[in-house]
Amino acid sequence: MSAVGAVIARELKLALRRRSEWAQPLVFYAVVATLFALGAAPSAPWLKVAAPSILWVGALLAALLSLDRVFRGDREDGTLEQMFLSSQAVSLLVGGKLFAQWLVIGLPLTLLAPLLALGLGMEAQVIGVLLLSLLLGLPTLVLTAGFCSALIVGLPRSGVLLPVLVLPLVAPSVIFGAGAVRAAQSGLPADAPLYFLGAILVLCACGVPLAAAVALKNALD
Amino acid sequence: MKLIPHWLHRLSSPPVAYGVAGACQPWLGLASVVLLGYGFLGGLILAPADYQQGDGYRIIFVHVPAAALSILLIWAMAFAGVIALVWRIKLAEVFVICAAPVGASLTTLTLVTGMLWGKPMWGAYWSWHDARLVSELVLLFMYWGVIALNQAIADPRAAARACSLLAIVGAINAVIVKYSVAWWNTLHQGPTLKLGGSSIDSAMLWPLLAAMAGLACFSGLVIAQRLRNELLWRERGNPWARDAIA
Repeated sequence: MSAVGAVIARELKLALRRRSEWAQPLVFYAVVATLFALGAAPSAPWLKVAAPSILWVGALLAALLSLDRVFRGDREDGTLEQMFLSSQAVSLLVGGKLFAQWLVIGLPLTLLAPLLALGLGMEAQVIGVLLLSLLLGLPTLVLTAGFCSALIVGLPRSGVLLPVLVLPLVAPSVIFGAGAVRAAQSGLPADAPLYFLGAILVLCACGVPLAAAVALKNALD
Repeated sequence: MKLIPHWLHRLSSPPVAYGVAGACQPWLGLASVVLLGYGFLGGLILAPADYQQGDGYRIIFVHVPAAALSILLIWAMAFAGVIALVWRIKLAEVFVICAAPVGASLTTLTLVTGMLWGKPMWGAYWSWHDARLVSELVLLFMYWGVIALNQAIADPRAAARACSLLAIVGAINAVIVKYSVAWWNTLHQGPTLKLGGSSIDSAMLWPLLAAMAGLACFSGLVIAQRLRNELLWRERGNPWARDAIA
């Protein structure tokens, strides 16, 4: 357990020293939401209808852009080899690393979303559901993106390959996440989709660290 | 303990697999011609028209076999992927790589025929509210993802194992996507073929089953050919591959 703690502490320290790592996704998210609003006619009614989908997909893309490098830096400087040489289970260390990535990238995006939602004209009680759905959904995305970037860790640059691999895998989260917000918008209870988001998160949290460890081992062989 | 019988282990060696796949090809070809011939003749010409849909329903003789196989193939890839990752069997790795383009083609065929049928019957080519349409589309993306991943990684064995892992995750994902959309109101009709009591006349059922078996044989034929080519290319440094070409 202390090894997982050390991995998390290391990630957080690195993020503190390279502020662009967590600041750039936030700027990206804000810019995407702004451009959608600018592209619409002023106070267009569809903007409010499309807001759940815009906010969800925007958060997805913002997180994806920076998750490309999760394991690549570690591979280049040898940290990854050290993880495999250590006596700890690699899947645990990978899980800790991805948890730290969520803290650094996912959590700030989740906290920014309500602000952008206000800009897109969302009501206060709907924003609460949006916050909850992102809180449950973005960890799933970070885990899935972590798995896929572990698959392609050996490539010098991934380009659009990472989104191509990740986006079909997170389709269920988008369906339930944006679905929960839409349900709240039309005054329906949003519990069911939120429970489903939670279930998918539990499934990913159990399976993804193992799969990512296998993928990393494969890339190192 | 002998977990894997000797003959199965022998079959997994590339030269033997190359020979066996080649020996199967004529039979697969013959079976697909006969079965698809009977299926299409019986389904497209001999079977009576539907009392509601007229002749439009006849697209199921292409659509349903392609759809069933597109789903079957991702599971076959996931199964082979497990074998490739656990036992490191080269043949299973090569199968995952070879099946992906075939699966992508079948999925495309399913989507195109489904859309052509949907326009006159539902009044729309596409519906985002339908579990099967959306899960089939995501399945197509999954197949493309496997193909793209294989092309991106230079080392063929590492690429194949990465693809195996993605195929396993993709097969699980396909199920989750299907049920997540099924939660919305679905437009697609319920399954027509059920074990024990299908809601279809036997004049249509037998050609449909024959078309399914025929398309399966044809896919097997294509995969066998791809398998042979891929094996030859990967083993091009070995004497048996040189002998096979000579």
